[in-house]
Amino acid sequence: MRNMNDTVEMLALTVNGEAMSVPQGTTLAGLLALMELDRRKVAVERNLEIVPRSLYEATHLAARDAIEIVHFVGGG
Amino acid sequence: MDGIVQGDAVTGDDSWVVAGRKFSSRLVVGTGKYKDLETTAAAIEASGAEMVTVAVRRVNLSDRNAPMLQDYVSPARYTYLPNTAGCFTADEAVRTLRLAREAGGWNLVKLEVLGPPPLLYPDMEATLLAAKALIKDGFEVMVYCADDPVAAKKLEDMGCVAIMPLGAPIGSGLGVQNPLMIQSIIEAVKVPVLVDAGVGTAWDAAFAMELGCDAVLVNSAIALADDPVLMARAVSHGVQAGRLAFRAGRIPRKGYASASSPMTGLIR
Repeated sequence: MRNMNDTVEMLALTVNGEAMSVPQGTTLAGLLALMELDRRKVAVERNLEIVPRSLYEATHLAARDAIEIVHFVGGG
Repeated sequence: MDGIVQGDAVTGDDSWVVAGRKFSSRLVVGTGKYKDLETTAAAIEASGAEMVTVAVRRVNLSDRNAPMLQDYVSPARYTYLPNTAGCFTADEAVRTLRLAREAGGWNLVKLEVLGPPPLLYPDMEATLLAAKALIKDGFEVMVYCADDPVAAKKLEDMGCVAIMPLGAPIGSGLGVQNPLMIQSIIEAVKVPVLVDAGVGTAWDAAFAMELGCDAVLVNSAIALADDPVLMARAVSHGVQAGRLAFRAGRIPRKGYASASSPMTGLIR
């Protein structure tokens, strides 16, 4: 993701194992919106802790956060 | 549902209950291995199943608009049974199902902790550990396991809500390889017993049900058939035929003939 505003500090984190950077102050809700993901269909783990859906707005991302975003796929 | 007889004047209501949830269909289907989501949806509809297994995986970040299973197989219509496929340790299984619970909001799950290829045989030591941790964490655990009556009883005693022994290795299509042990498990435990894994065609499902299983779980046999929708219907009929035959009570096997027509009143 490109730095949209040079005065905003960016946070480096990993999402599903991929390096990303987001503006400081981004919440988990903001990250999901940036990624155009339907929050009703995913679950999120931040640094191995599950973040309940009700806390997405209140969860501010930090540098070096490891985020996992999962959903249901076909399986037996 | 055309051709799917869930109960009528002859058969009566023959539903089964797992963890307080009632189901008419005794066929549970997997949603994996289909060529596309349209076929998945059509085959599941044809199977008459009410419960479907699903896996938990990372969202694909490079293709965020890829179609999602939930858009084709609605969790509002089908009971999703999240699995732990791909987990080889108890910790991985617990972590995966905690995420599934957050994604779906329910506690009913399918635990499977597998040993290495080529058999992917259940790792019972890890399965018992994971089951204990999950039950402590409030999950209702349907457990994939070895066809081992001793392990099955241990799993029931610790609180698992269904015992799901393999009929044969996952995806092998070999059918029930050890009917004596499947029957022994059915006799040993009170919770529902489902043959999970190994079904290759409708007959295998019928056979499992004739042994007295409460239900059968099928994925590859349907998903990888030349015509998955037709096979879904076939397996559904197999499950129903096997169940009815079990309820009806088969005749004993004998090593000699017994004439079907009267031996009296013959013309001379």
